Amino acid sequence: MKRNIPLILAFLAGLLMIVSEFIPHRPFSNMVETLENWFMIIAGFSIVLGLASLLQMNYQKISTKAENWGYHLACVIAFALIVIMGALWGMEDQPGLLGQGEKIVSWLGKKPFDYTYDNALVPLSATMFSLLAFFIASAAYRAFIIRTFESNLLMISAVIVILGRTGFGTMLTSWIPESYRIWQLPVLADFIMQYPNTAAQRAILISASLGIIGSSLRIILGIERSYLGGDK
Amino acid sequence: MPEIMNTVGIWLGAFFTFAIFSFLYKDNPFYKLAEQIFVGLSAGYGLIYIIYAALLPNLFTKLATDFRGNLILLIPFALGIMMITRMVPKIQWLSRYPLSIVIGTSAAISLLRFLKSDLIAQVAATMINPFESNVPSEIVGNLMLIIGTICGVYFFYFSKKQEGIAKIPSKIGVYFLMVSFGATFGYTVMARISLLIGRLEFLLKDWLHIIQ
Repeated sequence: MKRNIPLILAFLAGLLMIVSEFIPHRPFSNMVETLENWFMIIAGFSIVLGLASLLQMNYQKISTKAENWGYHLACVIAFALIVIMGALWGMEDQPGLLGQGEKIVSWLGKKPFDYTYDNALVPLSATMFSLLAFFIASAAYRAFIIRTFESNLLMISAVIVILGRTGFGTMLTSWIPESYRIWQLPVLADFIMQYPNTAAQRAILISASLGIIGSSLRIILGIERSYLGGDK
Repeated sequence: MPEIMNTVGIWLGAFFTFAIFSFLYKDNPFYKLAEQIFVGLSAGYGLIYIIYAALLPNLFTKLATDFRGNLILLIPFALGIMMITRMVPKIQWLSRYPLSIVIGTSAAISLLRFLKSDLIAQVAATMINPFESNVPSEIVGNLMLIIGTICGVYFFYFSKKQEGIAKIPSKIGVYFLMVSFGATFGYTVMARISLLIGRLEFLLKDWLHIIQ
């Protein structure tokens, strides 16, 4: 019961979605609409589960005073702060438990949740990802010093795309006459993006989609069961 | 008052920007603090977003306004609660029921989506007449598109060992993949650089008012 019923449920849910694609009429259309709504709700709870797991992990580190436990405390405080702000005064147009919070909005300029999002989360995420600009440069150096034909191809196309997207690249090759404009860096960069890049991306998409279709079928038919976890 | 709080917000943003950039020197307490705050805020943002965007409109508001008319919603609600039982080892097997519905539904959705948009549509888009255009570069490009796609797909065919003459299309496929990875790498670099410029602009314009 603990394993077979979930397998039957996965089969029925998958089958219903597939059948409705080929018979988009009642009762299948209504059933799929209901199932999609349920899917959204359960998926929402699964995110709650993920966050609960994060908090549990942090709680363990704080309660056992593990190394750097203070930073984990900061994580929990930040989490609690933004959740409380969101719950009390809502986000954007959504009212919270205390309504739209006109008083605090007149003081802060916006809702506390949105204020924290704009002034803490946005700078943090933008800076975190911009940090990759430095590491990507060192990664590129390590990749490009491997002297093979393939790595040279990789480097040349990367350099052309980078230069082709900048004013410097345009300036470098602007002297090339119009009849040979394909060799101008911005045009060449566009050509690479439009043809060889599309061809390779298409090959990846086709191959990956075949793999995904196969593994989806395995899940629906109950051959792939790893998502059920252990035997208990 | 909002002006003062706006200034406080900019200083907060500048502090977090420097705290993250300090990692370029070496790992330090400021970076660790900012990193953990980032994790906490992101998780909290995700929770609030999911509550307002999915759980409230699809479940709680409907149950609160018309409980009798939406009794069926108690099923996904119960399944959602069962999902959280994964945290309790003794009854974690209960979470398999909602999980199986989510997995089954998403497997079918991805099967249909990938079948239509990524397999049939991509194969159809490759079936073109390369000599349709009068522009030489377009003819070359179209030929590259066809050869690159076929050879690329062939490279991912692992059921038979590729040796001898069968290795040639696979090798051509690798060349196309390398050009594509290079182009993607270049694009990623540009995206990260523009993020970096955005942060520098924030520091010099919004925080220090050095540039206009």
